[in-house]
Amino acid sequence: MREFIDGAEAIVRGALKSGCNFFAGYPITPATPILLKMLRELPRVGGVGIQGEDEIASIGMCIGAAMTGMKTMTATSGPGISLYSENIGMAIMGEVPLVVVDVMRLGPATGGATTVSQGDVQFLRWVTSGGFPIITLCPSSLADCYTLTQRAFNLAEEFRAPVFIATDKEMIIAQQSVETDAFEDLEIVNRARASTDSAFVPHHAKKLADVPAFAPIGGAQLTRLTTSMHDEHGMLTKKPSNVNRTSRHLYQKIEAHRDELEFVKLDAQEGARTLVVAYGISARSAIEAVQLARAAGKRVSMLTIQSLWPLPEQSLRAALRGNVVAPVEPGEESRSFVSRVGPPSITRVIVPELNFGQYRLEIERVALLFDSRLEVIGVNRVDGELIEPEEISQLVI
Amino acid sequence: MEQKLSDSTIATYRFPDRKYTFCPGCSHSLVLDHLNAALVKMQLDPRQVVIVTDIGCVGMSDQFFDVNAFHGLHGRAVTYASGIKLANPDLKVIVLMGDGGVGIGGHHVLNAARRNIGITVLVFNNFNFGMTGGEHSVTTPHGARTTTTRGGNLERPLDVCATVAVNGASYVFRGTAFDKELPERIAEAIQTPGFALLDIWELCTAYYVPGNDFSRAALMQTMQGLNFPAGVLQKVDSPELANAYRETITNRQSPISAAHHIAQKYDSALTKTTRVILAGAAGGKVRSTASALAVGGMMSGLWATQRDDYPVSVMSGYSVSEVILSRDEILYMGIDKPDILAVLTPEGSSQVPRQLRAMDEAQTVYVVPDLAQHVQTRARKIVFNFGRAAPSKKSLALTATAAIVQHANLYPLAAFREAISAGQRAEIAQENLKAVEASEGIL
Ligand SMILES: Cc1ncc(C[n+]2csc(CCOP(=O)(O)OP(=O)(O)O)c2C)c(N)n1
Ligand code: SF4
Ligand SMILES: [Mg+2]
Repeated sequence: MREFIDGAEAIVRGALKSGCNFFAGYPITPATPILLKMLRELPRVGGVGIQGEDEIASIGMCIGAAMTGMKTMTATSGPGISLYSENIGMAIMGEVPLVVVDVMRLGPATGGATTVSQGDVQFLRWVTSGGFPIITLCPSSLADCYTLTQRAFNLAEEFRAPVFIATDKEMIIAQQSVETDAFEDLEIVNRARASTDSAFVPHHAKKLADVPAFAPIGGAQLTRLTTSMHDEHGMLTKKPSNVNRTSRHLYQKIEAHRDELEFVKLDAQEGARTLVVAYGISARSAIEAVQLARAAGKRVSMLTIQSLWPLPEQSLRAALRGNVVAPVEPGEESRSFVSRVGPPSITRVIVPELNFGQYRLEIERVALLFDSRLEVIGVNRVDGELIEPEEISQLVI
Repeated sequence: MEQKLSDSTIATYRFPDRKYTFCPGCSHSLVLDHLNAALVKMQLDPRQVVIVTDIGCVGMSDQFFDVNAFHGLHGRAVTYASGIKLANPDLKVIVLMGDGGVGIGGHHVLNAARRNIGITVLVFNNFNFGMTGGEHSVTTPHGARTTTTRGGNLERPLDVCATVAVNGASYVFRGTAFDKELPERIAEAIQTPGFALLDIWELCTAYYVPGNDFSRAALMQTMQGLNFPAGVLQKVDSPELANAYRETITNRQSPISAAHHIAQKYDSALTKTTRVILAGAAGGKVRSTASALAVGGMMSGLWATQRDDYPVSVMSGYSVSEVILSRDEILYMGIDKPDILAVLTPEGSSQVPRQLRAMDEAQTVYVVPDLAQHVQTRARKIVFNFGRAAPSKKSLALTATAAIVQHANLYPLAAFREAISAGQRAEIAQENLKAVEASEGIL
């Protein structure tokens, strides 16, 4: 079935399909369409949608609602993420499942409200104080908007943590014809509920990297959470062994599961000397660039990144090695890489992005450790225009 | 955290083995005793009670109670409480916050009152920031000495009660931590369906008391001096937000907005990807025309994208829309060199000099007669021939685009006709179709 829709619509459909039943947000271009659609749809499906008095209130309401067991989402743009910052930390500390959409706009402060950008990539990685890991997904198609939103809900539930969807103005408000029947639905994951047989300990994790079971406020067991450093009972603590355990738990519950958090699409060509690594709206220019280069007889590989954070290092190294991602069976969780070619052929890596090279920094780190002779080149635009495919294809060797 | 049985009397809602950790003489302990007394009096199921604390010394309070607890960010307790209440309107949600929290989160307090959301806010008002070392707050009286107003406070204290009362709070009370009636008032507030706030004046024995030679007697004198009334100051019965919202949910059960399938009914002869820009003015139906151009393409078996550009003031200035039509799925949505550029108005014209410069003989600019001289380009220039009756502002984009659809052989005009009338009210569809008919012979 072909429809003419935008990314806001695809994200909203993905969210509702995931069972999202609470949304609070504050209007800001270009994220407003998500707010409008969620507030229209939620009361029709038994959920709650509300416009907060500001971004701080909006994310605060989401966090409160999430602790009663609701599946919550909010959406904003850069200025709103600035105001979310402290509460993102609250959600990390309190182990609160939450999906946050950032529809990026250009520049600092109010910036260019209707100007496409990918300038928040590192901002999202380090969005709050303390330096803890965060999961960030990034769609580059309407199908991605739909499925990665479901993925974001699944990960938020599974890891009891805030999960970002980093997107941009073009993805959200440009209308596109699309086969909506072909959208992929994921199996819905809901947070593990605590057993009611034994005494409930709100932050009890058997192993550091385990995610505690959940009991909702208003349910059969009493629960508590806190913005402050706490022990497993959710009580304030300064005892070094407790502090250490909580810090490491919040770190390890993401870091130890990095394998499960790598979502990429690798289109490798044997003998390719150039690898293009791209994400979001720029990946669309990159895919066209790869088509152009191949049409001109060049060999080139392309890695589209769907999970920006944690950095999918394993996939990146596999792509540099010239490997090909083995097809993943439906329902199969981890992905393996099968070596196809002999010695690595890649000598040049191109990273196109609508910022000064924020993700290139990460690619460089991994690529140069892999082989210090690799050449990593950025194609960067900060003029509010999309990267033209030719700007990338002309760099393919 | 043992589960309480609701059929036996609950003697205390506090953890028996957790002693208050406040300074000796700190009024926070007194108020928490009053809160406990109120809960005991009401015999609420602890599983239906949530204590949401703010930051500060008062923020430690939830740890003494064996109910659901949520300790949030400085000033934001009311936002979490609001989310909890909206999600589950049956819960009794009690916020404990300091005068510091009221300062930094005043916006939320004000809006919770205005919304009349059914939460109960206890303000532990000790006229300073206890936890951070006795700095002044929004409620510090004029002239008072704090660690940040050593020469005496020059600012005026906020009347928290009057502020929430005038903005729609259901229940408002002012008193001191020493009031015997507090348990009863707190219970009354918790039983109030709408927003309730108690401004409870206190002694901070570590800072405000020694700094100002303050005392229990001085509490009342300060209140009188400021002319701030005490007691129950407001009690009104107005609709509570979370329950009002819940009613809209049950009253509006209907399926999710349906998908809008665009079926192929026509065939397009287009072989090559065609990038079109419509450059016009706000109020000229440029965006809806572009949308129809794209949808008509889809009805003819093509893929399409549409991007719109317009100033923040949507009702004035330019309106420029870009449409790409292609045999294949479109990835890159930019248009650096349009195949077709329609220059419809001076506002639109001013937005496209870059595109006009980029275009060459292989591309076409369609332009209205008034701007024909104005447009400098190497592209093929075709001027609309409107004859004596130029289209109105509202029909220009539609008429011009209908002409282009035929002239450039994009797809059958019937598809465009269908696209502009689909989903429109009858009179609008009629108006649109008339604009299309007017395209005959203008190119
Ligand atoms: C965003 C933020 N700013 C500043 C602080 C530091 N801080 C901790 S407690 C406090 C003031 C608390 O005063 P009040 O609310 O009156 O509570 P009290 O300690 O008097 O009970 C401040 C400013 C903080 N925790 N968070
Ligand atoms: S510093 Fe003040 S508010 Fe804090 S515990 Fe001591 S007396 Fe109470
Ligand atoms: Mg105080």
